[in-house]
Amino acid sequence: MTVRDEPVVITGIGMTTPLGGSTADTWSALLAGASGTRLLDEDWAADLPVRIAARAAVDPTGVLDRVEARRLDRSQQLALVAAREAWADAGEPGVEPERLAVVVSSGIGGVLTLLGQDDVRREKGVRLVSPLTVPMIMPNGPAATVALELAARAGTHAPVSACASGAEAIAYALDLLRLDRADVVVCGGAEAAIHPLPIAGFAAMKALSKREDEPERASRPYDKARDGFVLGEGAGVLVLERASSARAREARVWAEVAGAGITSDAHHVAAPDPTGAGAARAVVAALRDANAAERDVVHVNAHATSTPAGDVAEALALRSALGADTDHAVVSATKSCTGHLLGAAGAVEAAFAALALHHRIAPPTRNLDDPDDEVTLDIARVDARPLPEQGVALSTSFGFGGHNVALALRTAS
Amino acid sequence: MTTATDTDILTGLADIINEISGRPAADVVPTASFTADLDLDSLTMVEVVVAAEERFGVRIPDDDVAQLVTVQDALDYIVRAQVSA
Repeated sequence: MTVRDEPVVITGIGMTTPLGGSTADTWSALLAGASGTRLLDEDWAADLPVRIAARAAVDPTGVLDRVEARRLDRSQQLALVAAREAWADAGEPGVEPERLAVVVSSGIGGVLTLLGQDDVRREKGVRLVSPLTVPMIMPNGPAATVALELAARAGTHAPVSACASGAEAIAYALDLLRLDRADVVVCGGAEAAIHPLPIAGFAAMKALSKREDEPERASRPYDKARDGFVLGEGAGVLVLERASSARAREARVWAEVAGAGITSDAHHVAAPDPTGAGAARAVVAALRDANAAERDVVHVNAHATSTPAGDVAEALALRSALGADTDHAVVSATKSCTGHLLGAAGAVEAAFAALALHHRIAPPTRNLDDPDDEVTLDIARVDARPLPEQGVALSTSFGFGGHNVALALRTAS
Repeated sequence: MTTATDTDILTGLADIINEISGRPAADVVPTASFTADLDLDSLTMVEVVVAAEERFGVRIPDDDVAQLVTVQDALDYIVRAQVSA
C-alpha cells in the first residue's frame, strides 16, 4: 500500500467552546442539548443592533499561564488550549519535529488585538502600541502558536476560507499525510471575534439573529422562525496520522478521516448559491475521495448556521448529492447549541462527527420547533439519536466567499 | 518631578520585567544581562522599555536601548535621564 492510499485517522481531539472548556465537557453538554448563547450585558454592547453571542464557556486566560496569555491574541489562546488537550489526548506521539506539521486556521485572525491596539494608538499614542501587535493579529498566528508549542517543523499552515477555514485545515492536513510531507498533523481552527465591530459588520449584513429576549432560542437551524446565526468563539484541534502509525503506537482511534471535497461557488461574495450546486459537488467529491457510496452515509453534521437562505440551500445540496439515500442519514445541526464559531466551526464539528461515530450517537438539534417545509432531512431534534455500528459521517462547512468544504469520516475499523 | 533612587528604580524594573516576562523579580540584579541572563527577546525588551518610560517619566530612544546590556546600564541611564529631565 502506498502512503497515498493509507487510511488517515484521528487520534487526538481537543476543544474549548461555548459549551465547555474541554472535549468531554462540550460533548456532554451537546448531547444534553444545552445552549452556549447568552445576552451581552457589558457596557460596550449597549448600543449594538444585536446583543447576544456564544462566548467560550471557560476563559482561556484562566487556564493559561499569565505571561503566556498576555503574549497571545484570544484566538491564539483558545487554539493553544485546544491543541494541548488534543496532543495529550493523542498520547503525545513521539514524532520527529521535522515530520510534525500544523494546520490551524482562523476565519478573521486576531481582530480583538487589532481593534484593541488601535484604541491604544488613538488614546495613548503610537509609542504605546504593543510590539506584539503584528504576531497577535496575523491570521496564521494560531497556527504559529501551536507550532511553537509542539516544536512542529514540517510546515505550519493556515488556510483561510471564512467559516469553512477549520474544515479546510483538516482537508489540507489529510493532503499533507497522503503526500508524505508529515507523519503527524495537528489541525483545526480557532476564532475569537466577539467585539462591537465584527458584530456590527455581521449585523449590517443581516446575518445575525436578533432574538435578544430569548438568547438560548436564537440559534435555530432549519426552524421556520430562524432569523440568523449567533456569533460564537472557541477552538477545535485534531491530531491526524496514518492508521499504521496509530496502530504501531497502540493509539486510541476516534474515527478515520476518509475523504475531503472542496469546491467554490463563484456566485456571490456572501450569499450562498440558492441551488446548493457547489455545496453538493463538495459532498460528492468527499464521498468519492473516501471511496464511499451515498448509502454509506449514516450521519451529517450540517453547517446549518440558522440563516434563512443558507439552511435551505444546504438542505437542497444534501438531497441533491445523496439522492434517496439522504433519508438514511441522521442530520445534526450543532450550531443550535454552540452558536457559530466561524473559522473554528468546521474543526469543532468534524470532531463532533468523529465522536458521533465513535459513540454511535447523533447529537440533538436545539430549538427546532417547526421545521421549514423546504427542508426534507431526517434531523435529530430534541433527543440524541442512535447511529449504526459502522458508517460514514459527513461534516459540511461553507464560508463567505463561496467556499464549500465537505469532510467524510468513517467509523474506525 | 521627584526622582527615584537607584533602589526604587531597581525594584520598579524588577516589577516590570516580572509582569511582562514572568521572570522572578529576584533575578533582576544589577549585573544581570537582559538577553543572556534574563532571556528577554527583542519584542519583550521593547515592552520593558515602554513600561519603564511610563513608570519613571523618561524617554529612552531606540538607538540608546541597544546600548543597555545589563540592568545596571538601565539604572544608570534612567538616573541620568531623570536628572536631565
